[in-house]
Amino acid sequence: MKLLSYILLLTFGILLIYAANKLPTRGHPDNPINRDTSLAGTPAASAHYIRNAEKEMHTPNVVTTILADYRGYDTLGETTVIFCAGIVVFLILRRQRDGSKV
Amino acid sequence: MVQRSDSIIVGIVSRFMVPLIQLFALYVIAHGHYSPGGGFQGGALLGASVLLLRLTVGEQPSNLVFHKKYGTPMSGFGVFIYAAVGVAAMIGGGVYLDYANLPIAGMEPAALRSLGILLVETGVGIGVMATMIAIFDDLAKGDFHD
Repeated sequence: MKLLSYILLLTFGILLIYAANKLPTRGHPDNPINRDTSLAGTPAASAHYIRNAEKEMHTPNVVTTILADYRGYDTLGETTVIFCAGIVVFLILRRQRDGSKV
Repeated sequence: MVQRSDSIIVGIVSRFMVPLIQLFALYVIAHGHYSPGGGFQGGALLGASVLLLRLTVGEQPSNLVFHKKYGTPMSGFGVFIYAAVGVAAMIGGGVYLDYANLPIAGMEPAALRSLGILLVETGVGIGVMATMIAIFDDLAKGDFHD
């Protein structure tokens, strides 16, 4: 069983290293993610963000513009998830404490 | 089960550090337009500063900074600010979370969107800070020794 795990580990390790070698160079303009138009021929979002972020909202930090404005729904969801974590801890632990009043 | 630290050095150094941490946290939130940072990071710093006080000087003094009973309401309030900015944009005539239509007179759309980002980051910061503190207070069971 232990031998099998090692074989699997080695196989996937070699596979991952082989795949990582074939990744496109990071930041290269010809990468699919950096092109002006996507493979389907529609305008790509990332090029629009980088070109227009400063002009559209006077914010030099493109990361902030994408996080809070272009992808505002996503960040609203993230905040709600954090809020839910707090509420769940509240619901589980606060009730137990009331039951066993110290 | 959290016990207050008995060391004088720990108490004084943490009391000295907490205002600096909070100032840096406000800087991280407010300066997110120009440098790395934003609501999540600044909120985590704010929450960590209050948790440092909770651990070192005990519950009663740290309640003066952020009272226990405000943890859960404030985390909801942070999310409410975010959602309310979105609704305000709808009142101004745009779609949800389209800050360019916030109902504030005399500002161009680009400045309004910048302001909307700041408001939203503030809401996120309040939510993250209060949630961290609320979770800590729930887990610590209130057994502080003062």
